[in-house]
Parts: sequence; C-alpha cells; structure tokens
Amino acid sequence: MSHNQQAETAAAPKVYAATLLALLALTAITVAAAGIHFSSGSVNVVIALSIATIKASLVALVFMHLRHDKPINAIVAISGFLFLALLLAYCVIDIDTRRTIVPYTAKVPEKAAPATPVEADTKK
Amino acid sequence: MSTTAQLVQGHHDPTLQHHFHTKEQQFETSKLGMWLFLATEILLFGGLFVGFALMQQKYPQAFLLAHHHLDRSLGALNTVVLLLSSFTMVMAVWAAQTSRKKLLVWLLLATMACAFIFLGVKYFEYSHKFHEGLLPGKFYSHKGDTVPNQFVFFSFYFMMTGLHGIHILGGIGAIGWLVIRALKGDFDANYYTPVDLIGLYWHLVDLIWIYLFPLLYLIQ
Amino acid sequence: MAAVAHVPAQAHAQTNYLNAQKGVWSWMTTVDHKRIGIMYLSLISTSFFLGGIFALLIRLSLLNPKHMVFGKVIFDAETYNRIFTLHGVVMVFLFIIPSIPAALGNFVLPLMLGAKDVAFPRLNLLSLYIYFVGAVFGIAAMVTGGVDTGWTFYTPYSTTTNSQVTLMTMAAFILGFSSIFTGLNFIATIHKLRAPGMGWFQMPLFCWGIYATAIIQVLATPVLGITLVLLMLERSFQIGIFDPRIGGDPVLFQHFFWFYSHPAVYIMILPGMAIISEIIPTFSQKTIFGYRSIAFSSVAIALVGFLVWGHHMFVSGQSPLASVIFSFLTFLVAIPSGIKIFNWLATMWRGNIKLDAPMLYAISFLLLFSIGGLTGIFLGALSVDIHLTDTYFVVAHFHYVMMGGTVIAFIAGLHYWWPKMTGRMYSEKIARVACALTFIGFNVTFMSQFLLGSRGMPRRYYNYLDQFQPLHAFSTYGSWILGAGLGLTAICLLSSLRKAPDAPRNPWGGRTLEWTTQSPPIEHNFDVDPVLTHGPYDYRKPLPVEVEA
Repeated sequence: MSHNQQAETAAAPKVYAATLLALLALTAITVAAAGIHFSSGSVNVVIALSIATIKASLVALVFMHLRHDKPINAIVAISGFLFLALLLAYCVIDIDTRRTIVPYTAKVPEKAAPATPVEADTKK
Repeated sequence: MSTTAQLVQGHHDPTLQHHFHTKEQQFETSKLGMWLFLATEILLFGGLFVGFALMQQKYPQAFLLAHHHLDRSLGALNTVVLLLSSFTMVMAVWAAQTSRKKLLVWLLLATMACAFIFLGVKYFEYSHKFHEGLLPGKFYSHKGDTVPNQFVFFSFYFMMTGLHGIHILGGIGAIGWLVIRALKGDFDANYYTPVDLIGLYWHLVDLIWIYLFPLLYLIQ
Repeated sequence: MAAVAHVPAQAHAQTNYLNAQKGVWSWMTTVDHKRIGIMYLSLISTSFFLGGIFALLIRLSLLNPKHMVFGKVIFDAETYNRIFTLHGVVMVFLFIIPSIPAALGNFVLPLMLGAKDVAFPRLNLLSLYIYFVGAVFGIAAMVTGGVDTGWTFYTPYSTTTNSQVTLMTMAAFILGFSSIFTGLNFIATIHKLRAPGMGWFQMPLFCWGIYATAIIQVLATPVLGITLVLLMLERSFQIGIFDPRIGGDPVLFQHFFWFYSHPAVYIMILPGMAIISEIIPTFSQKTIFGYRSIAFSSVAIALVGFLVWGHHMFVSGQSPLASVIFSFLTFLVAIPSGIKIFNWLATMWRGNIKLDAPMLYAISFLLLFSIGGLTGIFLGALSVDIHLTDTYFVVAHFHYVMMGGTVIAFIAGLHYWWPKMTGRMYSEKIARVACALTFIGFNVTFMSQFLLGSRGMPRRYYNYLDQFQPLHAFSTYGSWILGAGLGLTAICLLSSLRKAPDAPRNPWGGRTLEWTTQSPPIEHNFDVDPVLTHGPYDYRKPLPVEVEA
C-alpha cells in the first residue's frame, strides 16, 4: 500500500456503503424537490445543483479517495471546475449586459429633452 | 557501454518502470497524470454545460417544454444504476488493495453489468426520441410545438448524453481489460495502479451524470 | 556525479541515443524523449517551412495593388483568402504551439531535471502520432480546397462557407489532444521526476516556463476541443448554438474560441521566455537576477492570461461592461512580462557577455518582444483598439510577439541545444550572419505594417488603396530578407550534420544538468543518476564533470 491508508482499509467497505446510501437518498430528494413548484424556477435550479454538488463532492472525497490523497490531486480537480466557472462567468457577464446598456444610451438624447423642467413650470 | 544493464541492476520488480526510483513515486506520478486527464475531461464536458446553460437562459420556455419529452423515472433509474456501479468500482479497488483477487473479478464484472444496463436504458430512451422525431438540429421533426427552438434542447441532450455515452463505452472497454488482467492475477496489494486509475475515470463519468441528470431531466 | 568523469567525452565510437538502436522501426516505436523530441523537431520544421512559403506568397501577392507579378495576376481574391488562412492555421496549430514544448522541451526538460525520461514515455509517443494524424487531416483539408475563414474559424461565416472547414477544424481538434498529452506529461514530470536535491526553486527557469505552459495546455485546450466539435456539428446538423439564422449566438463562439486561443498565445510565448531565461545567464556567465520573480511571473502570466480573452472581441458586439473589464485586466499581463524583461537586463548588466549566435538571438528577442508587448498595450486600450482593430497594426503586433518573440527564441534555443542534440557545433560565423539577416528582414517586414495599420490598412484584405503601395512593397522586400535569413539558418544547422561529432559536453559553460552528460546524451541520459549539488545558475564554480579538454 503506497499511502497511509492501511488503517482505513479495514473499515473502507462500510464507509463506501454508507456513502452509496447517502447518494441514493440525495437522488430521491432531488427528484422529490423537482416535483415541488417554488415561486421561482431558479429556486429549483439552485436546489438541484446544490444537491448535485453535494453528491459530486461525496463521490470525489470518498470514492475517488481525495480525502486521503495528496493535496495536489484535489488542486488539479478543483482548478478544472474553477476554470469552467470562469468561462461561464465571463459569458454570462457579456450576454446579460449586452442588451441592457446599449439601447439605453441610444435613447438618452430623446428623453432628456432640453429645458423640460422650465416648460413644466410654465404649464402649471 | 551498456547502459541498460546498469539500469536493470537494482530494479527487480517488473512493475517498476526504468525511469522511476521507487514504486511510490511511480504510483503518485500515474495518479497525478490521471487527475490531470480528469481535469481536461471536466473542461471538455464543461464547454457543453456552459453552452447548455446559456442557451437555456436564452430560450427558457422552449427548454422547459422540450424537457417534458424526457422520461424522469428512466433518468432516475439510470442515476441509481450509475451510483451502484461507482460503489462496485470503489469496492473493486478495495479488493485489489487487499489482494482479494476473486472478489476483484466479480466486482469488476458487476460494474460492467451496471454499465450495460445504463446503456440499455439509454438505448430505449434514444429509440423513443428517434421515433417521435425529437432529434438534434436539422433532423428535428416533432410536430405541434407551441414554442420555437425546442430543437436546441435536443441538440444539447444528444450531444451531452452522447459524449457521456461514449465515455461509458470507453469505460466498459477499460474495465474489460482490467477483468482480463485480474483473471491473470496481475493485481494485488503490491500493484493495483490500473484498477485505481480506471476507478477514478469511472467515478468521473458518474460524477458528470450526477450533474447531467438534474440539468436535463428536472428543469422547472 | 564525479563518477561520470571516466566516460571519454569525445570518443568517436561513443554510444548515444542516436545510434544505440538502429533502423526506422526503432525510431517509430521509441519511447525515448530525446528521439521523440527530434522527430517533433523535424515535423514542426517542415510545418514552419510550409507556413513560411504561404507567408512569402501572401507578401508577394501584396507587392502591388493589382497583384501583378511579371505581368500576370498571381492570385485571385478567393485563393488569397485561402492562402492567408492556411498560413495562419499551419503556423499556429502545426508549428508554433508544439514548437518549443514538444520539440525542444521534450528533449531538454528531462535532462534539465536529471530524469531518465518524461513521466509517461508511451503517452509521449502517442502525442507525436496524434500530431501526425492531425497534420494529415490538415494537409487533406489543404489539398481538397483549403479553408477561407482565417485561422479563427469565426461563425457565422465558418458555418456557411463551403470550403473545407470541417476537415480543418477536425485537424485542429486532433492536434489539441497532442498538445494536451504533452502538457499533462510535463506537469507530472516536473512534479515527480526532479533529481534528488532539486526543489522547486533549484529548478532551471526553462522548467518553470514549460510548467506554466503546460498548465494552460491542460486547462484551456479541452475547451477548444469541444468548441470545434460544436462548430463541426453546427455546420453539419445546424444544432442552433452559433448560427444566428437558427437562433444561435455567433459571439458565443468567439468566447469559447478565445477562452482557449488567448491563453494559447501564452502557450506560444512562455516557452520562448523560458529559453531566454536560460541563454541570458549562460552567455553573461552571471547568476540570473530575480530567480523567483521570473519563476512566479511565468505562472502569473499563465493565470492572468485566462482572464483577458475578451479583448479580442471589443468590436464584436460584446457588452460594453465586459469590454471594460477585459480591457482593464489586459493591462495586468504587462506586469509579469515587464518583470521578466527587467530581470533579464539586470542579469546582463556587468556580466561577461559573449555574443555567440544564441545570445544574439536572445538580444533580438528582448528588442522585438518589447516592441510587440508595448504595442499590445495600445491594442488592449479600449478606445485605441476601436481604431486599430482588424488593421495591419494587429498583424504587426502579433508577429512581433509571436515571430519576434517565440520564433526568435525557438531559433535561439535550437542553436543553444544543437550541440547537445546532434553532437555537432554549427558554424558560428554563418549563424551570426543569418541572425543579422533575420533581424533586419523581420523589422523591415513588420515595422512597415505598424505604419500601414495605424493609417487604416485593414488586415486580410485582398485589395488596397494605391497610397499604401510603397509600404506594402517595403514589407514584401523585407519578407525576402527574412526568408533568406531563415534559409541561411537552416543551411547553417543542417550542414553541420555532415561533419563528425565535435561538440564537447558543455560548449557554452551552462550550469544546468543537461550539460553534465555527453553530447549527444546516452539513451538513458545520465551514466549515474544525478544528485543536485549546485544551483542552476551558479557560475562561480565549474560543473563537477568538466574534466574534458
């Protein structure tokens, strides 16, 4: 055995079985939660993805042995997700702000017509 | 001068490659290599996930309606099957670590069986979609849609589950190779690197499905 | 390490990696990193030659606005589009990305680390074969009609043109895997196979540069892979992600593409910087100034390089907010790059400088890269970029960084390690003349393009106004000088192969481990596994093995 896991090995099957049960339970929860209609659809997305992330962490930590492994392997795995988040974040920043800013500046000259307050005063 | 003679000297273990000093070093290196490969897999699938998220943001209604064509219970069934296969795989690694050679073979076979069940269910789902014309891109021929652009959902559905399915097929091949070597008795507490590494790969395939399932099947 | 001394360094019948095994089959099945490096070197040099021919043809065509050469029109507009695309694709994907890491890095990195091989020798060979398959796809795309989209394959044109986009993106997709496997291998090698006594900060700076490069190769290339798959599927099946006619977002393609392709320019330049960090201390015979800041700046460039890709999209319809963020972050890249330049200069200061060919190239690099880098700041500035986007200014900037930076560094490294790789000393006289020709030719070619661009000459255009003719002609004449310089370099290096091996172990007085073994090295690199007893740039005492005449 090449890493300090000897003591763990005897108890390993129990830990793995417990993890499996937890994963199955979380699957049931995620299916059940999808049946509930929250006020906003994004609540469902957040719940579903949070549960998925918990499940993924369980798989990574227990089944993929990251709990006992050299930290570098975990760093490699996490950086994969981080750079993915970066790709998503920048795309969202661009796409979500693309339309909101441009039409606004284009309409400014019409709305902010000169001397509007003065005219309003004279009408009164 | 003969350099190979010098190198062989002192390395009696046939599982130790010439450019490593110790088995520990060799194992750690292989493992790091595997994790780096898994990181590339995360980013490869990740491109599809990002594309899916942005397209869903663009056509939320189309995606919501389109996903009703998917069978939620079949998706959940496949999730359970894959989780089970992950469990048998990690137990296989444990069996190798503790030199339980027979158990190792059975656990690997169980993992393969789960993989085949997964693909069987997928085949059933796919043929259903083919029948209804719920196909990617220009092949989409489903009639009676009230909202346009539903084909984009099926483009992503087939790309993501397809790429995932290719990885399952690759995993079946790799585990099959492990079975053959395990039958020869190649793996024990002294040397089980391939079992460990292919196990990591298999768990990643499972991990990706853990995200695919809610994203594709459980949209609200 | 003193035990190495009994090996006769200049014995003519010496065994080395080149003659230890014979026959074509022994090369095709080798897992020796040195042989794989040499095979990569010959493949990428061929690609460089091919890409160079395309470049000369582009310049020839632009000699005058009517494209007349000897009274005939040399290319029509469509052929011209294909030729500049092929120049870009060949140079980027087949030459410059694999150039330094896969060819020189493969050869030198394990030697520098004191290792017998890379971490995964068979994967290394696989990466070479994948490169070869990718190249075959690329050539197939060329001979069946070529591609006219530019090397960036921008949608929606790339999803509608009927040139060989699918085949060419397939080639780039396959080449990506070759690059990933090389990077993965190098990261594992650097982490796990350093010689005893070599901590992270006793590692030569070349290894730091290659490490930073490998991080990008591993983390960015998969996204290019999936992007190209999406592009192919969009072309064939209209999946609806990039093509605006069916509801896709063409700017999304640019995001995906530049997520890889901007970090990819750091895949190109970081190994170049890594070579310069070796050559400058050796030819100044002086310890590198600011070892740690150079090491960290490599990693910083790799990481910051991931944050700036949107500066390619200032005029693509990207949101103003995103443009502002990207423009701001772009300036950050200048900091680690500047740190390197100043550290190299400080290393040379009061050093015992020898102006051999590698050092001449290294000094050329400092000049050309500085110009390339500083003009990059102009382009990163949002407002200035709107004027300069898609002009020859961008072309000139890119070539100052990539050709003046990476290619010059590659040639510098090739001269530097040539004695180690082949066992032969090249003719120093010819090499210096070639270096001068290359330097002059390069500046004539591309300095004029800065002027063209700032006056509004758009890039990739077939036609141009008569007023641009003098500068275009000047640039074309420069390309001939540049071609002559590179041709002379090839002659200089290749002609050295005809003579008997004459290279000593350490012709330049380097202090890194590759100079402690014989030239060319034996099959397993070192007679005795090296143990590091001195720093990588410790020029005060001689190497323990320097016992030869």
